Amino acid sequence: MICMRMPARQMAMMLSAFTLATAAPAPLRAADAPMVTIENFAFTPQVLTVKPGTTVTFRNDDDIPHLVVANDNSFRSKALDTGDTYAFTFTKAGDFAYYCGLHPHMQGKIVVAP
Amino acid sequence: MTHHHDNDGGDGITRRHALECMIWAGTGVLWTLSGGVPVSLNLLGAAQAAEAMTNGFTFLQISDSHIGFDKAANPHAIDTLKEAMGKIQALPQKPSFLIHTGDITHLSKPAQFDNAAQIIGGAGFDVHYVPGEHDLIDDANGQAYLDRYGKGTKGAGWYSFDQNGVHFVGLVNVVNLKAGGLGNLGGEQLAWLADDLKAVSDSTPIVVFAHIPLWAVYLEWGWGTDDAAQALAMLKRFGSVTVLNGHIHQIMQKVEGNVTFHTARSTAFPQPAPGTAASPGPMTVPAGQLRGLLGTSSVMVKQGGQELAIIDSTLA
Repeated sequence: MICMRMPARQMAMMLSAFTLATAAPAPLRAADAPMVTIENFAFTPQVLTVKPGTTVTFRNDDDIPHLVVANDNSFRSKALDTGDTYAFTFTKAGDFAYYCGLHPHMQGKIVVAP
Repeated sequence: MTHHHDNDGGDGITRRHALECMIWAGTGVLWTLSGGVPVSLNLLGAAQAAEAMTNGFTFLQISDSHIGFDKAANPHAIDTLKEAMGKIQALPQKPSFLIHTGDITHLSKPAQFDNAAQIIGGAGFDVHYVPGEHDLIDDANGQAYLDRYGKGTKGAGWYSFDQNGVHFVGLVNVVNLKAGGLGNLGGEQLAWLADDLKAVSDSTPIVVFAHIPLWAVYLEWGWGTDDAAQALAMLKRFGSVTVLNGHIHQIMQKVEGNVTFHTARSTAFPQPAPGTAASPGPMTVPAGQLRGLLGTSSVMVKQGGQELAIIDSTLA
């Protein structure tokens, strides 16, 4: 209730500070962030289930570049060199099969379910 | 040090083409056309080369230079390419031209293409290229390669040319790859090939070169080309067909009927033999052994002799 009497600018500053404060711990949750690693010419996990609106990060841990391409072309990364990442936000529910555009025998799937 | 792979159902029939591995000794595959049949020579075999030169001409295959690769398996891929080119330049009998079977660069970056052109082009040979998948990963999906090497080619960079009575065909099997698939030639290129071969007589020796093997080397690692059978069917009527590939960074060969298949080594880094590692990724070996696994190989095909000998070579 005190906040309601604050000048708008001061409140905005306070909210801004709050946002910064809450952003800081984010790296601590990185292990929980949806991640597909690419190692030994394979996507791990091969099938990842997430909720709509989730951003999935693909990271290449191989010494060879890989390229993440959706079978339906709904997403496509650039070539990912060692350590490079690609993030895509899955907004719609459904199964999204993908493969490596350079080594197409490498396949994976993102299942987006509410 | 060499590998025999004769994946023909294991029935041993093609063993009649007794494969014989010999020594490691050079940097590239030096081919000569002798009596209409491609014969490859040990780069150090000056006497053989001299004999070949009196009968025809020679050409040399290099592959998978991966300029820009700097990982543990070879932090200095640019240096090993320089060494390979130096050995080629030092040959007593110069090849008429080179073919490069792709993966010129590691990441298709302009500086990588520039460095490769400087090192390979600096040796002064005509070079006929086909792209590997690593050459087409610029932001424009292959435009960087075509800007440099696409002149006079069709589609994604395929073409043919004739030299000394031999018909050479450079194919591209690294574009429009399909989920779960292998290398891909595609309908447009196959139609072009059928048309290209129409005017070529059955007795003309054919040399086909492409990046990914046009035969099933090891499908679990994607080492094959989905629609290669359609191309090979078009080549059945020819008396002599030689198929040269790269991609797998090791020597493999197979003889099937009129067709000799052969893969060349990389000048950058070795890859494991099929199924011997968790993945086909770069194989890191003790530093002193690297150059013993780089370079490419020489193959000798004796006309009518039903015998194919591989002579592999090192940069060591």
